Order: sequence, then C-alpha cells, then structure tokens
Amino acid sequence: MRFTLNGAPAEVDAHPMKRLLDVLREECGLTGTKEGCGEGECGACTVLVDGEPVCACLVPFAQVAEAEAEVLTIEGLGGEHPLQRAFAELGGAQCGICTPGMIMMAMKLPPNPTLDDVRTGLAGNLCRCTGYEAIYRAVLEAAGGEVSA
Amino acid sequence: MKSAITPLALLQPRTLADALAMLRDEGPLVPLAGCTDVYVTLNFGTQPATRFLNLWGLGELRGIEAMDGGLRLGALATHTELQRSPLVLERLPMLAAACREVGGVQIQNRGTLGGNVANASPAGDTLPVLAAADAVVVLRSADGERRVPFGELYTGYRATVMHPDELIVAFEIPAVEGDQWFRKVGTRAAQAISKVVMAAVRGDRPRIALGSVAPTVVRLRGTEEALAGGATIEDAQAVLMREVTPIDDLRSTADYRRRVCANLLARWWGSTSEGEGS
Repeated sequence: MRFTLNGAPAEVDAHPMKRLLDVLREECGLTGTKEGCGEGECGACTVLVDGEPVCACLVPFAQVAEAEAEVLTIEGLGGEHPLQRAFAELGGAQCGICTPGMIMMAMKLPPNPTLDDVRTGLAGNLCRCTGYEAIYRAVLEAAGGEVSA
Repeated sequence: MKSAITPLALLQPRTLADALAMLRDEGPLVPLAGCTDVYVTLNFGTQPATRFLNLWGLGELRGIEAMDGGLRLGALATHTELQRSPLVLERLPMLAAACREVGGVQIQNRGTLGGNVANASPAGDTLPVLAAADAVVVLRSADGERRVPFGELYTGYRATVMHPDELIVAFEIPAVEGDQWFRKVGTRAAQAISKVVMAAVRGDRPRIALGSVAPTVVRLRGTEEALAGGATIEDAQAVLMREVTPIDDLRSTADYRRRVCANLLARWWGSTSEGEGS
C-alpha cells in the first residue's frame, strides 16, 4: 500500500484497518506522533493528510493508501522549523506529549494569526501540563505575529 | 487500540453500486465514513462488529449542490466542507454554525454529515438543524431508493428505520424561510459533547428542535404551536418543559437541561423578534 510520507514515496504492507497512528509509529518508525486519548479529543496525534490536520488515531490506513495521500508528520519539519525553534526557545514544551500535535496544528493557522486565531485553531489540542500561555507565545513568535499572550 | 485488528475485515468498494451490492450480499457490514465515531469504539475495545465497509473514497456520496431553492448535501460532506460552503452559508447558516462546533478542526476535517446522522446519538450537533429544516434523508439499497422525512428517521435511542442493506446517500433540504438560529451548550467551546443543543427557525411558523433532551432529537411541535398562536414566552417555556424528557447522565442533569432549554427558547425568541430584539 503506497502513500507519500514527509515528501518521499512510502510503501507499507499493513492491515487496512490499522490506525494511521500505528502505521507511522510501528511500521515507519516515526514515533514523533504521540497517542494521547485515542478518541479524538486531545489532538496529540495530529498529522496533516493532504494538507489537512486529522487525528491519526481515528484514520484507518486504508483511507490514506486508497487515495495515495500525502502525510506530513512532525519528523517532516526537520527539527529547525520556526515553530519547532520557537517551542524550544520559549518553553512551549513541558512534558512534550502534546507538542508534535500542537505544532502540526499550528502549521494550518492563518497568516499573521491573532491570539484569538491561535486559541481557536488549537482548540482541539489539549496540554495536560496546561502550558497554554507559553504555547501561544511560541506559535505567535513563529508566525511573526504579536507576542503578547 | 484495544480491539484486536487481525479478525477485522474491511471491504473496499470502488463505486456506490459496489458498496450496495456488498451490503446486500456480504453483510452485515458497518459503513465507515470519517471514522470519528467508529474508531473511538475500536480504540476502546467496545465495537462488537468485525466487518466494515469503507465509503470514504466514493465520490458519488460527496458534493454540496443547490436544489429547488434549497440544498442537496452528499452524505460524505464533511463538517469542514459544510461550514466553508458559500451555498450552505447562504441557505442553511445554522448548519454551518453547528458544524463549527463539532469537535476540533481535526474532527471537522473527517467527520461527515451522514456519519453524524447514522451514528444516531441524541447529542449529535447537526441533528437539530436537520430536524428544524425539515430535511429529507435519501436512503439507497441495491433494490432502490426511498426518501424518509428526517422526523421519521429515528425510532428510539440509537435506533432508526434504516435497513441493514441501506446507506444514507444524501440529505435534501427544502428552502428555509425565516431567521435561523443555532446554539450548543457544553462544558467548553471545542470538543465537548452537548448538554443541550438547539436549532430554530423564526418564520411564519416557528420551528424548534432540541438535542440531548430525549432518546432522539426532538421537534417541539407543542411549543411551536403555542408560539404560533400568540402565547407569551413564559407560557411557551412551560409547554417546552413538558415536551422534553431529559435524563441525568455523566454530562449533565435533567433539571439543568430543562432549565437551559427554557432559557434558550427565551433567548432565541428575544434575539430574533422584530422591533423588540435584545
């Protein structure tokens, strides 16, 4: 079953009902994508499928492979992406479980987001360390917006 | 994922006709659309079914089109597509409002209108909208198509008139005359399942539908009639409190829900009335 993973063609032989999350972590060795709640509430497993954020714990692999979709995970950002740098520099990560999902979701915020845009855009991503203020600061900093959270 | 994956089977039709033939010949099958409900049950090990039908790739079930002043909404229209559609925003803005409050963006990108209806939760956010809009559900099986008024779809808690070999293919929404209104009351703005959800239309004849206050979504015919007949809002609230049958559950209490319904009725009526809006 073929799809595009972080810009490169990928071929994986997996059960069609296997969760995209498990295909990424177990078959592809990309453990940056985390499992939080397993019910679409927390957003920790957020990846982009054809450019749109989804919860990888709720997507069967068949629905990615049938469309030969493009999947982008945190590993695809390379480590020096402005969002990754801002999270590291401004304390946007504490325990780190929510961080990959937060960053993947933040990739889809409108240009020059306001604090309200960030709060609304990240409403489906929960941080149990409750480090939201630092997360918002990091996202705004990376977007070149106002850093006034 | 708590469910063992090896025993699970996924049938993958290429066309709607294929899917309907599989439902007839190889059922029972649980249809999969955006999976935002079914995969929660698989993840928790509470899904009894082992055979599934993947509808996600069927283009015939997509699409949002104008129809006779109203709309035809494909069953696989996602909550994201519905809230962005200029046609929906113009003709059925209360549906766009409901779709904006379903889960987070990640869920809105995958969850579909057909899935929300087929899942048949009394708390489904789009259900009161379809009830208040007098939607028609288009069901198809290998034997043909039938149209069921939305008000006749549910027969009880999580029960519908659908046959095991039928799929929801679309919703037909007649033109809606009058101001549309939608309000969801939950613990927080995103991700919370509704304590109470209401959709209403203020036209020549008021139309009011509520979710999370009965085993199925309900149209408040008595309250509508009272308001149409010139009742005061206090009298209409009294009728409403008799029409709903909320329960105590993990999200809220019956008393709270009853009070919130009555308050929503007053807020809607006050904010949409001509000349005396609040």
